[in-house]
Amino acid sequence: MSEIEFLSWVRGTGFQIAVVIFVAGVIIRISEVLLLGRKTDLAEAKGSSMSGGLKTMVTRSFPDANTLKRSMVTLVAGYVFHIGLFVTLFLFAPHILMFKEVTGLSWPALPTAFVDAITVVTIISLFIILAHRMQNTVLRFLTNFEDILVWLVTILPLITGYIAFHRIGATAPTLLAVHILSVEILLVLFPFTKLMHAFTLFIARWYNGAISSYRGVSS
Amino acid sequence: MSASLEAGVNALKEQVDSTVASFFSSCVHCGMCADACLFYTETGDPHNTPITKTEPLRRIWKSEYTLFGRIGKKLGLVKKVDEKLLAEWETLVYDSCTLCGRCSMVCPVGNDITSMIRKTREGMAAAGYVPEGVIGATKRAVTIGSPMGVKLPALLAQIGHVEKDTGLKIPLDVEGAEYMLLLSSMEIMNFPEFIGSIAKIFDKVGASWTISTKAFEATNSGIQIGVSDIAAELVQRIVDAAELLKVKTVISPECGHAYMAIRWEGPNLVGKPFGFKVRHILEVLETFRLDGRLNTSGLESKKLTYHDPCQIARRGGVIDEPRNLINMISDNFVEMPDAGKMNWCCGAGGGVSSNERADKVRLKVFQRKKEQLDEIRPDAIVSACSNCRINLEEALEEYGMEIPLLGLTETIAEHLAD
Repeated sequence: MSEIEFLSWVRGTGFQIAVVIFVAGVIIRISEVLLLGRKTDLAEAKGSSMSGGLKTMVTRSFPDANTLKRSMVTLVAGYVFHIGLFVTLFLFAPHILMFKEVTGLSWPALPTAFVDAITVVTIISLFIILAHRMQNTVLRFLTNFEDILVWLVTILPLITGYIAFHRIGATAPTLLAVHILSVEILLVLFPFTKLMHAFTLFIARWYNGAISSYRGVSS
Repeated sequence: MSASLEAGVNALKEQVDSTVASFFSSCVHCGMCADACLFYTETGDPHNTPITKTEPLRRIWKSEYTLFGRIGKKLGLVKKVDEKLLAEWETLVYDSCTLCGRCSMVCPVGNDITSMIRKTREGMAAAGYVPEGVIGATKRAVTIGSPMGVKLPALLAQIGHVEKDTGLKIPLDVEGAEYMLLLSSMEIMNFPEFIGSIAKIFDKVGASWTISTKAFEATNSGIQIGVSDIAAELVQRIVDAAELLKVKTVISPECGHAYMAIRWEGPNLVGKPFGFKVRHILEVLETFRLDGRLNTSGLESKKLTYHDPCQIARRGGVIDEPRNLINMISDNFVEMPDAGKMNWCCGAGGGVSSNERADKVRLKVFQRKKEQLDEIRPDAIVSACSNCRINLEEALEEYGMEIPLLGLTETIAEHLAD
């Protein structure tokens, strides 16, 4: 397979396979959560489940002072890499072009040099997260194979994207193909791993807020 | 699979719903729940990470309620729930968790981890992996009517003393009374002043109340041990008594898990909404205050702080009421750091106090409370849970700290205006 054939495969068939697995997998996972259902709470309510649930979906992104102090590294590095992923994925001009091609929607990009710098920061923050995971007693205890696998498939698109943008070590079509392939690996593994939290955390937060708010506590 | 293990697995299956599925689907192993748990912060043992305590439930969810898990199970790839796992988890689930709910407040993806540990207990109990002390308390609750073995004659004797001390009649089995008071065995045996305080306050306020001789025990061992059937039976006794006496409101006393049991879990356990209201005594006193019926005189000048019982504050929603009440009788009220919904547990809720095996860890994790108290050095601690109170008193003594404990209702009663 020539490098052009490789590139057109990852852009065509490969991409389609990855997207189908991603979309179908995510739908299955979310359905199997929601279809289980939940019993109606028969206790007299002290507050509203709906407003509490919606509120916690947002407020849980902002920890209280004591929690911030106790979980500083996790929170700061976590924030940096999540924001970094968002910026590099959605606010990089070539990505927006790709989204426009697929969905027809378009939005303004950030300057390329800025996104480039954010990419480096995001990669560094992910290495800090891995180091913290290896060194912290609780995190080392909790870490399993999946945690490492997910870390790897998350950082790979960033690294391959950075290399492709700077044309390091190979020709442009090959570098781009490798970058797209790394994203496809991420998409395929997404529904089978904790990457699913990107969707389910909103359900979880809603339930948490709803349960708490029903009893009159803002969580 | 042995019959008891099968019972445990089935009990766990019954606990899985969309909340559990969304929580387990969202966990990213960030470890922040450990930083929120006094059993981790004070012991440094990573096994005490809250989400780890739910492992038996997680395995059942994964292998039975996810498509990929079911496929994995067929291929023999998923981890099973077996006797070894349950035996190992017994101490994590019962000795190292007070169901305080702090982890549920910090989890960044929003997992209500505490509710899942509570659910895990259902499986542990069904399979027979429960601490002796909690089994004993539960057996006494079912057969005698009280986890401490307090029978009606003991209550009547205490009521006799209270009537002598206060000169007030304690109304028993009065049909049509507005309020029906429940008591914890701890209050009956160790703090009978509570009954006297209620008599004085309700007399001043002019509210009718009664104690049922058929159902006066407020605590619910079925909840602590994690057996819904028993919990439901204990709740039903109260429902029957309240309906018989046609009361409007049942009062949950100064006991944390009793409030959780009757106010929030109660109707769900018996499967239908109550025909009466359930209020914590602090909520009732707050209503009296707002109506202008509760009047006090004199202010405590000593530095008071308030210890929020987890099930009453964070898990129960009674947070502002005690503060409004304390401010009626104090001009020197100081909050501990993290007070209110983020307060740290004293370490003896959720059945830990009736589990002797947990004595050592219980006193160790009290360090967290000690640090909170050291920050403000109060002259006295006010609380609204007799289980917290007993544990705080014992632990303070253990740590050589001389800070008296006050029940909020009693303190208010002492300040009633003439």
